[in-house]
Parts: sequence; C-alpha cells; structure tokens
Amino acid sequence: MIKSKKYIAATAIALTAVASTSFAASSDITVAMQLEPPHLDPTSAAAGAIDSVLYSNVFEGLTRFASDGAIIAGLAKSWDISAEGTEYTFHLRAGVQFHDGTGMDAEDVKFSLDRARSEDSTNAQKALFSGITDVAVVDSTTVKVTLDKPNGSFLFNMAWGDAVIVAPESIEGIKNNPVGTGAFKFQNWVQGDRIELARNDNYWGSAPALESATFKFISDPTAAFAAVMAQDVDVFTGFPAPENLPQFEADARFQVLEGSTEGETILSTNNKMPPLDNVKVRKAIAHAIDRQAIIDGAMFGYGTPIGTHFAPHHPDYVDLTGNSQHDPELAKKLLAQAGFPNGFETTLKLPPPSYARRGGEIIASQLRAVGIRAKISNLEWAQWLEQVFRGKDYGLSIVSHTEPMDIGIYARPEYYFQYDNPEFQALMTDLSATTDTAMRSEMLKKAQNIISEDYVNGYLFELAFTTVADAKVQGLWKNSPTQATDLTGVSWLD
Amino acid sequence: MLQYAFKRALSLCLSLCLASVVIFAVVEIAPGDPASFMLGINAQPDTIAALRAELGLDQGKFVRYLEWTGGMLRGDFGTSYTYRSSITDMIAERMWISLPLALYALALSTLIAFPVGLYAASTRGAPGDVAVMGVTQLGIAIPNFWFAMLLVMIFAIKLRWFSAGGFAGWDDGLFIGVKSLTLPAIALALPQASILSRVMRSALIETLSEDYIRTARAKGLSRQAVLWRHALRNAMIPVLTIIGLQFSFLMAGAIIIEQVFFLPGLGRLVFQAITQRDLIVVESVVMLLVFAVISVNFIIDLAYAAVDPRLRHGP
Repeated sequence: MIKSKKYIAATAIALTAVASTSFAASSDITVAMQLEPPHLDPTSAAAGAIDSVLYSNVFEGLTRFASDGAIIAGLAKSWDISAEGTEYTFHLRAGVQFHDGTGMDAEDVKFSLDRARSEDSTNAQKALFSGITDVAVVDSTTVKVTLDKPNGSFLFNMAWGDAVIVAPESIEGIKNNPVGTGAFKFQNWVQGDRIELARNDNYWGSAPALESATFKFISDPTAAFAAVMAQDVDVFTGFPAPENLPQFEADARFQVLEGSTEGETILSTNNKMPPLDNVKVRKAIAHAIDRQAIIDGAMFGYGTPIGTHFAPHHPDYVDLTGNSQHDPELAKKLLAQAGFPNGFETTLKLPPPSYARRGGEIIASQLRAVGIRAKISNLEWAQWLEQVFRGKDYGLSIVSHTEPMDIGIYARPEYYFQYDNPEFQALMTDLSATTDTAMRSEMLKKAQNIISEDYVNGYLFELAFTTVADAKVQGLWKNSPTQATDLTGVSWLD
Repeated sequence: MLQYAFKRALSLCLSLCLASVVIFAVVEIAPGDPASFMLGINAQPDTIAALRAELGLDQGKFVRYLEWTGGMLRGDFGTSYTYRSSITDMIAERMWISLPLALYALALSTLIAFPVGLYAASTRGAPGDVAVMGVTQLGIAIPNFWFAMLLVMIFAIKLRWFSAGGFAGWDDGLFIGVKSLTLPAIALALPQASILSRVMRSALIETLSEDYIRTARAKGLSRQAVLWRHALRNAMIPVLTIIGLQFSFLMAGAIIIEQVFFLPGLGRLVFQAITQRDLIVVESVVMLLVFAVISVNFIIDLAYAAVDPRLRHGP
C-alpha cells in the first residue's frame, strides 16, 4: 500500500513535470510580419508597423478598437458627454501603472493629448486632435476634454494608435524604449531582426496567457514562405504571398485566417486633370474595369469587391458595385459621348505593393480594351508621395487607403484626387456635428452614394488581411480594424 | 618607396573627398522627402515642417554636407532619420553579421577553389577538367539568390537541419552563430568559388608554360613536384588579387542574400534605409563601403610596389 502511494506520488510529480515543461514551451510565441517599425513611438510616425507590434500590447489609449472594430473602453473605464456634445469627461481606471512603475493618472492623459496637438507636434494624425480646445485635470482619475464643436467621431479618434497615453517620465527614450501601460512590456529590439516583449505582471486587466512574444521582420515573400514552412515562426500576419496560401490551407500543421481590413483599394483618379475632370470619362473608366479579374489576377482571389469608399464589414456599408458593372461597350459609348471616341492617353503611377503593381497591369489592359492608353510607371513610396500625393502630377494611380473610416478625405478639395463637391463637404460637416447613431448612419449611406455616383475614383476591392499561423494558436485577430497584432487574448491549444 | 606611398595616400584622400561629394549629391537629388515619408498621407503641412526642423532638414544642403563629413572625420556618422539612433552604433552592430558572413563565404570559396583549380590544371583537357569547367560555368551563371532559395527548400524546409533564416546571435555560442550563417555563406560562396577556381586553373596553366617550368621539368622534377613547388607559388599573384576584390564584393554584395535569409546585416540596413529615405544612413554606409574598397586597393598598390620595383618609378 505504501509502495503504491509512493508510486502515485512519483507519477504525479512526473506528470506535473511534463505538464509544466509543455506549458513552458507553449507560453512563448514568435510572430512574423513584413515591415519593421522605423522606431517605437506610435505618436510620431505614420508607419503602421509600429502599431502592428505595440498597439494594445504595449500602449493603450483612452478608448480602443475591439477585434470587430467596435470602440470599447480602454484606460478610461467610462465617460460622460455634455448635452451640447462638446465636453467629454473621462473616468480613468484607478491604480494603472506604466511599465517603469510610475502611476498612470489624469496628468499623463493631459500630457499626451497636449503633446499630440501642440505646435511642434510630429503626430502623423494630428487632425484627430484638431477639435480639442482644452484638456483639464479634474482629479487624478478624471479628465475633461473640451472641443470647439461637437464631434461624433471623437471617441473613435481616441482609439487610434496615434492617440495612446504616454508618460512625461519616459517620453525622452520612447523611440527605442517604449514605456506604456499594456499587458506586455518591451524587452529588447535587435534592429533589423526582432523585437521581444514580456508579460507585464502588474497589468490592470486580465493577465495574458503568453509569457513572452517575439516579433520578427521578414520582408521577402519567398523568405516568409520558407520561415513559416520550416516552422521558424508561429504566426505570420499580413502574409505577403497570397499565391502560397492554398498550400498552407491544405497542410494540417497550419491555419489560414482570411479577414477584412480598413483598406479600400482604389484606382485613384486626378479629378482636376483633363479629361479625367469629366464625370462621363470617369464613369467610362469605372465600367471598363473588371474587379473580379483584378482580385483573381492580382490578389489570387483574396479581396471583396467594393463600389464606394467604405469597408464592407461596416454595418452602414452600402453595396454600390452595381453602379460600375463591368461593361466595356457602355464604357466606349460614354467615352464617345464625352468627346473621346478614340480614347485618350493618361498616366498610371504605381507604388510598390503587389496589389498596385500586379493590379496596375491588369487595369491597364482593361482600359486599353476601351481605347484608354494608360502609361505605367513604377514608383518607390517616397517618390509616390512626392509626385502623386503632394505634387498631384498623375492621371491614375492605385493605392489602398488603410485608415479606418476615412470617407472624410473626399471633403478635402486639396486632397490628391482633388474632388471638390460642396454638397459632399456640407454633408461631412453635418456628420461630424451629429452624435445620433441613426442619423449618422443615414448620412454615411448618403455620402457613399454621392462619391459612387460621381465616380470620383475607380473603386476596386477591400484589401484582405491574411494570417498564417500554427494550427494550435488561438485567439488571433482575424480582421484588422486597425493595424494591430493584439496578443492579449492569444494562447496555445494543447 | 616613401614618396610613392605618399602619392598613393594623397590620391586615396582625393578619391574619398570626391566620393563623399558624389554620394551626397546623388542621394540628395533622388526624389522623396524623409519627413513626408515618415509621416504618411494624413500628415498636416505644419507637422511635416516640425519634423523637418527636428531632423535638421531645414538647414541648407551645404551646411548638412559639412556637418556630415565633419562628423565622419571624428568617427561619428550622425543620427538615423528613421531609427533615431546613432549610425555608428547601428553599423557596428550590423558589422557583427556582415563581416563574419563575408569572411565565412571567402573562406569557403577559397577552400573549394584551391583544390578544384589545382585538380583542373593538373588534368588539363582530361574529362575531369572538362567537368570542372562545366560545373564552374554553371556556378557563375546561377544567380546566388536562386541558389539560396534552393538551399532553404532542401535544408530548412525538407530536411530541417537549418532554420530558414534569421540570425541567432553570438551570445549563445560560436556554433549557433556560425550555423545560422552557413546557408547564406554557401549561397554567397558558390559563384565566387567558381570564378576563383577558373582563375586558379588558368593562372596555373599559364605558369606551367613558362620557361623556368620547362627547365625544372628538364632537370628531372615530376609534373606534380613542378606544379606544387614552382607553378603554384607564381600563380598565386592573380589569385590573391581576385580574393582581395571578392572580399569587397562580398561585403557589399550580400544585400540580396541578407534579404533572402532575413539577416540583420549591413546589406539589409542599406536596403531598408533606401526604401525609407533614411538618406543619412544610405550616405554613411555607402561611404564606408567606398572607404573599404579604396583602402583595399591602396594596400594592394603598396603590396605590388613592394614586390615589383618597376611600379615605384612608374609614370
């Protein structure tokens, strides 16, 4: 009897040992992505790679995006909005600490917001803060933000990675040593190779299952394929070679997650450059394009057709693809009506991503079929920004607009596609002053219709976000409402 | 000799000055503003201006050129626009991968090329020689990035002897570091070994037809003895020149291989810096590579002069 008890005890010990080793082996994760962050300050660069590593993991804002894109409470556990809609009183969570041990309180919130909207701010999304006229500390856990006019998207704005809360104590070194309040602490950055995070044991929320996480940066699509196949990495977010995805889908070791993004991929059109200033010409282009052929040819079938500048997964989305069905005959007729029976010549300037380079060739051949000769030139991003975006020296271009809810760019006549419609501009002004959900929804639907019927740009497809992961990893975000790789809910299945 | 060395040193300095002007001018003329690139498409003009001021880009080109070259003379390359850390540190860190990789590849290519070249030269015209010539022709023709992908497919994905890329670091021991550089070094070494084998072979064959070799044979030495004792030594001169040139090439030419194996080396740093318009990093790394190549040439010049007195009094 004693013997058997001993035996049981020994077995139990052995079992615990086995269990704990397997636990230790699966509490770490290696996540790969294509682009490396240039530095680690989300509040002073546009690089999405910064948020892809740090958003929600290391840094948190007053509000935040949930995996379905909804706005939920972040460091502010609740808020009150004044009747006129110009005063937001945020009630902060008590006892939250930054990773360096300093407390997070109302002063830090004031510091962060004031820094972002200051004159010498280098915040890439400074417009998010433009309506703020005052940030006042009421007490250590209460902040009152005053706006110049009601802004229906203020809570949404505060969820962006560019609006996270930082501390004056650690701001100096933030670019190489980010100190936030999130569930993971920054550990180490081997530039060009990897960033390491470790679990924050003092986290205010529920503790993440992972003990540590390593982000690796692999820019070459072939190398990405090899790294996943050799199981050097556990997860690859934004997998760059869609042609290889079926191979992973067929392999029981892996899972492929296909989600949506906020990336409306459009054939950007210079609305001020003749003959593209003629709506008939733009309509002709829209009908000359065969979206499905582009999605199949350039994206290997990954992507959702869109007929306006709005994310299809959004509840207010209207399917307007019917406004621009593929109809080359109609396109030719419209061109003739506009005075170009033999078509015309224009430029098609393409930035580096494969959706643009591959899609550009397909679009050029589709346009040629109706007589429009688009001269392709391939540009680097910096050149694209200078020539197309700032210089407006282009006829057509292809780019994915990845900012969430960015239909407001159509109200800016100086924006690179130079669409100037006072009716639309008035609608956007009304929208930002409206907080009633039903009314906002109506207005957003109307806005989608206006730009679709004006054929401002060629609306192609919503960029898909594909992640390849080890089959045993669970809790990854499928969709990408903002650029983020939220690891707080990720764990290994045993 | 001293006067010759002084002249060469003067020409070295002039070349470096000229190179710095050309590099600065070319990189600055290339379109694309680093600040606009970093802040993206939603940035407001005042934000871009603020960042330009922070980076010192609002100063004139001439001032920036002087600051850059002045800093380099003190061994300080300045601060990266995008990473915001010291370029000197960044380069030093990347050197720990690129330099060992280049040396590893060079060692491999030499170790392969010597016996192969010797064998081919000693069996000139025989099937073995023909086979070597064919294989080395193929080795030169195969692009090394393609060969790299092939290596990954076989040794990382199928056999799983190596990881598909990345660098484990030197902290966990020499073996782990060397192991993660093995596939890239083989990929880099293949074309170099092919070139070197052919150079070795033709240099040996040429030496073997010299008069003193015939004399040696006439005095009764065997073919093998002549090859090893007399021909090899004299054939080394062109071979060493090629090795010297290959080293500069391996340092600069690893850009693509570092992409395929996602190694955080100097090549990847330049590649990233170019796409991100991190102009000052591009300028500094290119300048460093130019310095390395010019210095190697300088040393080779001096070595030649030491060996061959005719060069010292040349025009």
